[in-house]
Amino acid sequence: MSRDNFTEKADVSVDERWLRLMGAAQRGERAAYATLLRECVPFIRRVAARQGVRPDQIDDVVQETLVALHRARAAYDPARPFAAWLRAIAQRRAIDLLRRSARIDGREIHSPLAYESYADVSSDPAAQSAARSGAALITAAAANLPARQREALEQLALRGLSLEAAATETGRSKGALKVNLHRALKSLRVRFGGEG
Amino acid sequence: MSDLDARRTSHEELIERLVADLAPTRPLWSPLLRAALWLSAATLVGVGVALLSDLGAVSRRLTAVPDMWLAFLGSVLTAGLATVAAFEIALPDRKSAWALLPVPPLLLWIFASGAGCLRTWLLPETHIAPLEEAKDCLMFIVGFSAPLSALLIFMLRRAHPLRPNLLGVVAGLAVAATTNVLLVLRHPFDAAATDLLVHLVAVLIVVGLNMLAAKKVFAENFELSPRRF
Repeated sequence: MSRDNFTEKADVSVDERWLRLMGAAQRGERAAYATLLRECVPFIRRVAARQGVRPDQIDDVVQETLVALHRARAAYDPARPFAAWLRAIAQRRAIDLLRRSARIDGREIHSPLAYESYADVSSDPAAQSAARSGAALITAAAANLPARQREALEQLALRGLSLEAAATETGRSKGALKVNLHRALKSLRVRFGGEG
Repeated sequence: MSDLDARRTSHEELIERLVADLAPTRPLWSPLLRAALWLSAATLVGVGVALLSDLGAVSRRLTAVPDMWLAFLGSVLTAGLATVAAFEIALPDRKSAWALLPVPPLLLWIFASGAGCLRTWLLPETHIAPLEEAKDCLMFIVGFSAPLSALLIFMLRRAHPLRPNLLGVVAGLAVAATTNVLLVLRHPFDAAATDLLVHLVAVLIVVGLNMLAAKKVFAENFELSPRRF
């Protein structure tokens, strides 16, 4: 019987194969364990779908079941069918997820219009205005600086270029840029300090 | 990357993590064997209590009237069968119907103990426990239940119960019935209405504590986003 024809109940050969793989996993054989987990995924999907889990949540059930299988592997008795053991875990995970979803749906509603009806509490118009006016003041003050100082300020402080990049772009030496930036900042400090 | 590819990658990543975490593990012993081990530990405690008791008086009291030994038999059977049921339903693939296993002896225990209440009307000389003695009973049951519950939950910890509440009820019943058996060895009086009420309260306390313990111990099984495997 091929894997495609495998149903939850029937495929004895697949169950025997999984039983052997699980036995090997209990002995610590990683390759067998990886094979087993990969082969379990479609089976868990079917169990979850049959329990009525929404298609977009089935992968949550798959992952939670895989983690549960991992934690419960010592509780598996190699003398008993593996598929029934896995199905019990997957069904319980699916039921838990359905209950959680029902609880969340009972408390929350999806309301995209709410975002348009309420102000964004994280936005502060006063701070934005101050930032804008601060930027405008700096721009105005920079315009009055000597050309080389203004150039160094724009390239290094406002655009955030590295010394190498600014030197390449302006054709000035790195030392000259540093000196001009220092002088520009000193002028601005004096200007705003005097005003403040 | 399509959604399907993303999900496959996500499963594959999880599988790789689980495989990396794999270590050899010894399959649990059979539920019957583990139940027998816990009952053996409880029996050892019982032997200790019996050594401090007047077994002749206990024997005379139990055989004096049928309801006494029937209640004792009921609690012994309830303890044994509830213990087996607890170890069975702690495993993922066992049916919840295992929880019904201790119900028949539990009914025998309840009805035989209830019959003791009638005796206080039929036999006027029967000693009725005053509140102080009843309080001692309660403390005895709850006190002995704590270590027995801890041992039982410890022995169940490697199982993966899918219904921790049901497991808590059955484990609590096993512990309460076992402690009641121990209590009979020390009991200075016959069953009466106050006695029955105290036993009921004690059993409910023990069952409630076991439910809380099982829920806490096995809560990890139900975490949405496990931090570790």
